[in-house]
Amino acid sequence: MSETWIILGATSSMARAFSRQVAGEGARVLLAGRDIDDLKRAATDLSVRGAKSAEAVAFDARNPESFGAVISLAEKGEGMINAAVFVGSMPPQEDIDADPSLIDGTVIDSFTGPARFLQALAPIMEARGGGTVVGIASVAGDRGRIGNYVYGAAKAGFATYLSGLRNRLTSAGGHVVTVKPGFVDTAMTWGLPGMFLVASPDAVAASIMKAMKKQKNVIYTPFFWRYIMLIIRHIPEFIFKKMSI
Amino acid sequence: MRWNETEYAGWGRVQTAHGEIARPERVSSLEAILSEGSVPAMGKRRSYNDACLNSGGRAIDMTRLDRIISFDADKGVLEAEAGITIGSLARIFAPLGWLPKIMPGTGFATLGGAIAQDVHGKNHQVSGSFGQHVLSVTLLTSGKRVIATPSRNKALFKATMGGVGQTGVILSAKIQMKPCPGEMVMVTERRAEGWDEFLSMLDTSTATYSVGWIDTTARGDALGRGTLEEGELAAGNVLKHKGTLSVPINAPGFALSAPVVRAFNSAYYHKVPVKGRTSVKPLDEFFFPLDKIRNWNRLYGKRGFYQFQTVVPTAQAPALREMLKQIAGSSLFSPLAVLKRMGPGRAGHLSFPMEGYSLAVDIPNRRGAQALVSELERATVAAGGRIYLAKDALASGDAVKAMYPEQGEWAEIVNKADPEHALETDMTRRLNLRSTT
Repeated sequence: MSETWIILGATSSMARAFSRQVAGEGARVLLAGRDIDDLKRAATDLSVRGAKSAEAVAFDARNPESFGAVISLAEKGEGMINAAVFVGSMPPQEDIDADPSLIDGTVIDSFTGPARFLQALAPIMEARGGGTVVGIASVAGDRGRIGNYVYGAAKAGFATYLSGLRNRLTSAGGHVVTVKPGFVDTAMTWGLPGMFLVASPDAVAASIMKAMKKQKNVIYTPFFWRYIMLIIRHIPEFIFKKMSI
Repeated sequence: MRWNETEYAGWGRVQTAHGEIARPERVSSLEAILSEGSVPAMGKRRSYNDACLNSGGRAIDMTRLDRIISFDADKGVLEAEAGITIGSLARIFAPLGWLPKIMPGTGFATLGGAIAQDVHGKNHQVSGSFGQHVLSVTLLTSGKRVIATPSRNKALFKATMGGVGQTGVILSAKIQMKPCPGEMVMVTERRAEGWDEFLSMLDTSTATYSVGWIDTTARGDALGRGTLEEGELAAGNVLKHKGTLSVPINAPGFALSAPVVRAFNSAYYHKVPVKGRTSVKPLDEFFFPLDKIRNWNRLYGKRGFYQFQTVVPTAQAPALREMLKQIAGSSLFSPLAVLKRMGPGRAGHLSFPMEGYSLAVDIPNRRGAQALVSELERATVAAGGRIYLAKDALASGDAVKAMYPEQGEWAEIVNKADPEHALETDMTRRLNLRSTT
């Protein structure tokens, strides 16, 4: 297999679990993120776990000038170029209420930053005749709730973007998987109150691999979140607006 | 770093702690936490007791620091972060021709935990304990990184092997692995019809890996009957790993009541034919038989269980037989009981092993359990044996100090490394383990 996987936001635990899966299948892996020391450690780990090669590369969703180097490094590999997007940030809603300027960073991290990156990558994928994009959206993007509606709005934007990108890449032979995780046991959710039915990053990574193989378009993980969100999306707005869930 | 305030327990679930836990995913976040003062670390919490608990204080969950740092494929030398499990090491490296030299009874033990308890495996009589194959360990102690090896920072190194986490947070370690021909084990099982036969089978076994299952419900002439499993690494690959089962909820009290255990044990004993049998099993089925059932500790119900593990010198085998008799007469037995020949190998001051025989039994937390364990502990001291700090939940400090004559020397080294006693746990406090008198 001569595929390259770009992992954006590679220090996160979900990204680590996913990278180990693609490494196990012998892919070349580019770990893109801000903490280069940590990514170098992760790269060695992936090489031993079966990656054809693994490298750390600097990437900051808020600094589009960092994007070019990642893409040109990816282009050095032969074969398909794939990308998995794990970036995103979720400041507590009350912090945002106190300082609305935090909205900008949240939207860049969770939506516009990765979207700009993918927009630059798309023509290269088309030229190579396909490839896969895995985008981590969120169940929080399915409906705006009082607890995290800025993060939710950013993820909703990203999910819509992924839908459009899927539409574009399909004709070139590419595929886009939109992943909507429920609660995942990561540093982001560690110690937060109100967590239930929490999935492990390994379980999420395994379900993404399965979805890629089956060419699924949008998955909820764990699967039952599809039904939870089905219900939440169908609560009439005049009731929903009075609820606190 | 966010702290998660929660209730947590060791594997036996009798003792619990309430406190704050951080779970760093990067070395830099761990270092940031420890720059403000030492905090005891824990892995997958497979010690049965209070070894990893810090009631009212803080603790660090190391399980997300689980990366391989380097691997020398010619020499089989591996360095990894402390949170990686022995089971994942086996899964990753067996197909590459290498295996950790010491495989404990659960693959969920972490590298850091295996060092902190200086664990042993089914090849103890041949290959010694885990710490004897550690080439170096990187500790975060009082906010600084310290590397200790058998020749550099020697005293600290020895105190770290089996040192129940008291010399510093184990960040990573380098270990020597052994070559392995594949992912399989050739297993021979034979019956032992009674105690004397069992001991002679253990004594004459030449297998690399050997472990005895003992029927703790058998009395009279059958006392000490069981089956001996002997294994040798074998070639072959596992094409598809079997799935695991899980115990989703606490089982009711009768699930492991005396009649149930009696029936189970009899069936288990008779499953091995009189003439014995040989089969080829995947590594994890041989080394980690109980890992197939996730959360099996829930079978003991919400009150949990004690595990008692003792080792006595070879000449004291009759004392061990008396202990077994006591267990068989108590109705507090369980299906899980292991009899094993131990060699002399041990790496630290507080390492469990000694040359002789080891008996490990689960004891459900029912009426009389504490008294039974106390009896068994007294018998162990009288026989010049030891109990295992990864399992014991009830011993007193004096008894433990009698069993571990090097404890004072250990405490001096440890108290130098952690002068503020910030790394103490519920267990070290219970046993007053860090006192030098």
